[in-house]
Amino acid sequence: MSITATQKRGFSAVLWDYLTTVDHKKVGILYLIGGGFFFLLGGLEALIIRIQLIKPENDFISAGLYNEMITMHGTTMIFLAATPLLFGLMNYIMPLQIGARDVAFPFLNALGFWLFFSGGVLLNLSWFTGAPDAGWTNYAPLSVQSPGHGVDFYVMGLQLAGAGTLMSGINFIVTIVTMRAPGMTYMRMPLFSWTTLVTSILVLFAFPALTVGLFLMMFDRMFDTAFFDVALGGNTVIWQHLFWIFGHPEVYILILPAFGIFSEIIPTFSRKRLFGYTAMVFATFLIAFLGFMVWAHHMFTVGLGPVANSIFAVATMAIAVPTGIKIFNWLFTMWGGSIVINSAMLWTLAFVPSFTIGGMTGVMLGASVADYQYHDTYFVVAHFHYVIVGGVVFALLAAMHYWWPKMFGRILHEGLGKLAFWTFFIGFHLTFFIQHFLGLMGMPRRYWVFLENQGLDTGNLISTIGAFFMTFGTIVFVINIVYTAMKGEKAPADPWDGRTLEWTLSSPPAHYNFKQLPLVRGLDPLWIEKTEGNGKMTPAEPLDEIHMPNSSIVPLIMTIGFFIASYGFIYQVDHKAWLIAVYVGMAIALGSMLYRSLKDDHGHHITKDELEREAD
Amino acid sequence: MSQDHSLNPETMPQDPAKATMEGKHKHLGLWIFLGGETVLFACLFGTYLALRNSTAGGPSSQDLFGLELVFLMTILLLTSSLTSVYAIYHMKNNDFKKMQLWFGITALLGISFLALEIYEFAHYIIDYGFTFRSSAFGSAFYALVGFHGGHVAFGLGWLIALMVRNAKRGLSLYNAPKYNTFGLYWHFIDVVWVFIFTVVYLMGMVS
Repeated sequence: MSITATQKRGFSAVLWDYLTTVDHKKVGILYLIGGGFFFLLGGLEALIIRIQLIKPENDFISAGLYNEMITMHGTTMIFLAATPLLFGLMNYIMPLQIGARDVAFPFLNALGFWLFFSGGVLLNLSWFTGAPDAGWTNYAPLSVQSPGHGVDFYVMGLQLAGAGTLMSGINFIVTIVTMRAPGMTYMRMPLFSWTTLVTSILVLFAFPALTVGLFLMMFDRMFDTAFFDVALGGNTVIWQHLFWIFGHPEVYILILPAFGIFSEIIPTFSRKRLFGYTAMVFATFLIAFLGFMVWAHHMFTVGLGPVANSIFAVATMAIAVPTGIKIFNWLFTMWGGSIVINSAMLWTLAFVPSFTIGGMTGVMLGASVADYQYHDTYFVVAHFHYVIVGGVVFALLAAMHYWWPKMFGRILHEGLGKLAFWTFFIGFHLTFFIQHFLGLMGMPRRYWVFLENQGLDTGNLISTIGAFFMTFGTIVFVINIVYTAMKGEKAPADPWDGRTLEWTLSSPPAHYNFKQLPLVRGLDPLWIEKTEGNGKMTPAEPLDEIHMPNSSIVPLIMTIGFFIASYGFIYQVDHKAWLIAVYVGMAIALGSMLYRSLKDDHGHHITKDELEREAD
Repeated sequence: MSQDHSLNPETMPQDPAKATMEGKHKHLGLWIFLGGETVLFACLFGTYLALRNSTAGGPSSQDLFGLELVFLMTILLLTSSLTSVYAIYHMKNNDFKKMQLWFGITALLGISFLALEIYEFAHYIIDYGFTFRSSAFGSAFYALVGFHGGHVAFGLGWLIALMVRNAKRGLSLYNAPKYNTFGLYWHFIDVVWVFIFTVVYLMGMVS
């Protein structure tokens, strides 16, 4: 295990390295690749939806395919693109920010990635035989009645991906609680690490609700149970509750890390400490707490009664308060700072008004009485795209520009970055702003066609034109990545004059991250050393050998087992021979678990000599 | 840093399960995992409470449940939790043989519980024709109690694997955390059963 093996390696060696890696940085990169791939796929689906709606009574795609398209677009973007992209960043950056050499459970970390990825692959394989078509919310009884295997793929694919996400969440919590560097108290943690912690807590308590919902759906569809079968006393609203008990926290699982990202970028490029750090932490917790109390605002029109609707309406509107605290703190951080405008900062500046619009329409939707008018119209579509794209996607793109040098050692091209920003930003507002009005005029969401001369023609045309602008911006961003990989400017350790620990390491960092753990003296530790010290972190320990986990192929094999079993579950309905796949798959998965449990794995040590030979 | 994880009475730390970094991680990680498990069972309980009167003309909880059997199952599982406490107590005293013995008793009690549960389900299916598919009540009942039973079965497999693997190796700082996390898991399974006993069986008998 030599750390000096940095010579050019063959493709298969690199592939094997990534298939067996338990290094949080490489797992992070795998998440970014996987999430990025599904993001492009989901974007393509969105473009097809918009082309279908470019004119009245269009027949670009069939009605059935359209249903599959909207279902897969939503499912892909939420579960397979936004969540894993954020998890990739958390994986890569959070341990560096808190001064850790790895995560608490490196093996589990790799397993979490592979489960997510296999779930995504499984879900998308359904395209060959008929994709799920009951909407991303998969409401019963529509989903139970849906013919073919589409919804089965949804159920099994999300079960796999969800299990992976839950594991990563547990891993992040333990990492942050136990592995912070000396002096890195909770109230000195960078906001991105804070939001990683709070997001992981949300994952922990939200995903099991989805797990149960998916199990019940699986039992109803594959084993003829009666959870959602009204004839046998079942209740379809149970699915809605379980789905949204998960689903509403899920939107905070997405947006809180985004808030964390902006809370890193704004102080760096304003060259000012984050305004109201304590209030920011408090607001994060408050949003997370309230996020669990509001799921029924997705169900105002179900008929839960005026009391339930009122309580959930008030709780929903209350979230505007901590969110407002955050918005104002970002503005006050910039106030009086010496602001640098670059691509990362452009996405951040665009986020503030875009997200605020989404927040305001959220309060409108939260008014339960008015919601009867908005429910299931394009107003809702506009609202959640303003918060998810204007919040999460802008944050992801800002984070790519901000942390790309750290992760890949090269700086993304600024010109291309700005071109991508302006086209995407204009396209985004062109696409979705008009949808508020389409919704208010009565256009329902999820409809395959609309009739002409109902005041919807121009709006839909504008919306589709905007989608092409966004596509162009995305393509420019991909070109930027390719260009940077080939000709990009080499990044120093600290390209942005940063404030937090990740900028004390080389770009990209050594696989053990910190040769000696740093001593943290306060919030923004690097900035403190720059202004009050000699610009370098003081080591908190003498140079000593470092204990590192061993690579392992077992996470991948275990995942393959679950993947095979999932396929078996889906098709055993048609022919009992498929049960063989279930048994074989489960045998592989459980056998891998047994192997993992019984085989001793003590990890390995990097010796002092090796560390001393690494000159920095 | 020493690679020797074996213990002897002189070098034994106070709590071998949490003496290493890995041990601390596993201890905290399993607690957090149980937080997620709590939500999982809460959702199943919620579903059961919503559907427990939806018998669709089939047998109801009063027709089915007999408290004698369930009481015996409860005693078995609660006792197995107690014996696992003894096992962990002996682990902290570095008495490997007694730890294995008490974990062995735990496993036997768990197997007995599982056998009675299988008997119970078979009884409902054969004598009453009450299945997973009979009614929404049936689906919810078997889902909730079956998920618990599945957890018991998984725990037994886990425990037996640990005991067989380490039978000849004795206690070490490497395997002590593994026994410890199992102990935590087993208590949780026990607590869930207490709620099942109350919510499913006791409430099912009176309402």
